[in-house]
Amino acid sequence: MGSRITPHLRPVGGFAAECAAATTHFLAWVLTLPGAALIGAAAYSRRISELRRFFRLYTHRLTARSQCLTNSRHRIVTVKLLTLVRALRHGDRTMKLHSLSRKLLAALLLSGVAATASAQQTINGAGATFPYPIYSKWFDAYAKVDPSVRFNYQSIGSGGGQKQIMAQTVDFGASDGPMSDDNLSKAPGKLLHIPTVAGAVVITYNLEGNPALKLDGETIAGIYLGTIKKWNDPKIAALNSGAKLPDEEIVVVHRSDGSGTTFIFTDYLSKVSADWKSKVGNNTSVSWPAGLGGKGNEGVAGQVKQTPNSIGYVELIYAIQNKMTYADLKNADGQVVKATLDSVTAALATATVPDDFRFSMTNASGKDSYPIAGVTWLLVYQQQQDATKGKKLVEFLKWAEKDGEKMAKDLDYAPLPDKLRERVLQRISEIKY
Amino acid sequence: MPVVAPMPVVGEIPRTRAVMAPPSRFADKAFEWLTLSMALVVVLLVFLVGWQLAHGSFLSIKKFGFNFLSTSTWDPVAEQFGALPFIYGTVVSSVIALIIAVPLSIATAVYLTELAPLWIRQPLTSLIEMLAAIPSVILGLWGIFVMIPWLRDYPFPWLKHYFGWTGLFTGPIYGVCMLAGGIIIAIMILPIITSVSREILRSVPNLQREAAYALGATRWEVTRIAVLSYAKRGIFGAVILGLGRALGETMAVTMVIGNTPQIAASLFKPGYTLASVIANEFTEATTDLYLQALFEIGLVLFGITIVANLVGQLLLRTLKNSSATRGA
Repeated sequence: MGSRITPHLRPVGGFAAECAAATTHFLAWVLTLPGAALIGAAAYSRRISELRRFFRLYTHRLTARSQCLTNSRHRIVTVKLLTLVRALRHGDRTMKLHSLSRKLLAALLLSGVAATASAQQTINGAGATFPYPIYSKWFDAYAKVDPSVRFNYQSIGSGGGQKQIMAQTVDFGASDGPMSDDNLSKAPGKLLHIPTVAGAVVITYNLEGNPALKLDGETIAGIYLGTIKKWNDPKIAALNSGAKLPDEEIVVVHRSDGSGTTFIFTDYLSKVSADWKSKVGNNTSVSWPAGLGGKGNEGVAGQVKQTPNSIGYVELIYAIQNKMTYADLKNADGQVVKATLDSVTAALATATVPDDFRFSMTNASGKDSYPIAGVTWLLVYQQQQDATKGKKLVEFLKWAEKDGEKMAKDLDYAPLPDKLRERVLQRISEIKY
Repeated sequence: MPVVAPMPVVGEIPRTRAVMAPPSRFADKAFEWLTLSMALVVVLLVFLVGWQLAHGSFLSIKKFGFNFLSTSTWDPVAEQFGALPFIYGTVVSSVIALIIAVPLSIATAVYLTELAPLWIRQPLTSLIEMLAAIPSVILGLWGIFVMIPWLRDYPFPWLKHYFGWTGLFTGPIYGVCMLAGGIIIAIMILPIITSVSREILRSVPNLQREAAYALGATRWEVTRIAVLSYAKRGIFGAVILGLGRALGETMAVTMVIGNTPQIAASLFKPGYTLASVIANEFTEATTDLYLQALFEIGLVLFGITIVANLVGQLLLRTLKNSSATRGA
């Protein structure tokens, strides 16, 4: 049977690629099996000889197909479709099945075809949940730019993203916090951090009369350390002359789940308060000295909304979309700024970015900079294992930095400033495959 | 395919004897082996889970040893991990849940089988079973937005005012707290205890009731003596089933318990459970020791569940013995 396959159809590629492709084909084959089995079962009583011929033909084509791999994708799909058509015609003749079950069969067989077709160029990613909305928008839009690539992104959290890219079970990872030196050294190759978009963390509160509040880093740290206990504390009052502040205990709410939001927030507090740095520190979840924990943005927002005199922190996107009140913050230059996408991009522009792009942009200088903000990264290997996939991935990354960034604002993410984008594009072009 | 033996014909005894060889025991044996292997798979799964958890938490076990169970610091930044507040939270919230849910469920089950008019039984049963079908996360959201504000405004201040002296209901009322966690678990285990108890009460033979009535017992006495004491062991089993679910309950509890690892006498203080901390922190844990500590939390939860079940079994056995001696 193999002799029918012309040599030039044989794949060019690494052994791993060959194995992966063979596995996909086998899986697709298995997928079509129930369909074949159904046909077989129905036809069994009728024409056993025809059935045998049919099966011979079917397996023949499948075997043929499984031997020509990635390069002849079109051919494979054609063969598969041919097989499908034959199978259906055959089924029609021998089975006199109800039309619905015929459609069912078709669907079954087609799903096999689809699996084969899509499996060819699927790029897998996993990681952060924060940028998930914009990533999925990008993947959607990119399907129109290059229909031969499909993305499969699992938003399992930054920790999972880092773990999976280190284990090379995905083609790219995504993380809201930069990887530690320790983890980077454990990875089997050089991992690049590709910043994509930025977000901010805002301080939301529930006070009677909904006064507009201004806060600074010291005060927020004090509140979260439990040293500032009441709303009418002189430190808060000094920043908000004229606002009516109640003589009530501040109910502090923080995220209970590990999150990039907490990472950015505690990173900021560690920068502005020595006390915070020594007592609590900075991580995706920390040992909180005070307050209640809510799960996710919705948990914190829910508790703040439900509890009078409470304070909490959530992502800017979440606050904008749910029309929540949040405080203006005093930045490193002593200016009081509102959290907006522009003030986040302004902070990005003044942040000092090292060459490996692992940077923190909290407490950035510049008069327009919002202080509690951070970027999110894609993690890719500089040396790609699979040439075809690597090429497609690089093309996508370039597209994301050039065109994808334009979509950011619509989804309430802050895009990267032009200067940084140039540097990122430069780095992307250094990826080898 | 087995060949059907021809029916023995009377008068042809020798030939029939030859055909009627003792039937093959193969099918019986095969069936036995098959079921045995299935049962073994379940046992194997339990061991695999235990082994995997122990294996996954190797670093943490080595570093903290038994201190893991007896210290209360949970600091991912400094990588100091102790599970005591979580163990406390899991146990206390489950106990609160049982205290609330058990009397309610048993009373409901008794009403449904003994007292309720026939037309109301089926709708009520369906309603209770529907409660079991509410996804945990939905119940959690309902907890945050409906239950917590209500608890905070009405029952909690009342409890604080009248029962504050016990020390269990003191301190500021945030709404989210250990008690709220217990209440939400109670709501979740109520349907399971109720429906299992109901089935058990229904299986009490009517003869039993009739005999009691014949002796002149009142309705309450019939229920207490003839029905409940007969069904005691089964109901206890239902409670253990509920406890199993209470220990492992995650999502809804996480949303209302306050997620603060602390041990406080007051039930108005926020707490934290083993299952919650895994759900909260596993996705974003990046360092090895941190992950392994979370694995060890899983191991501890696994251990607690097993211990709870064993104790349940033991209690069940003593219950059986005591009722047997009393019967004799």
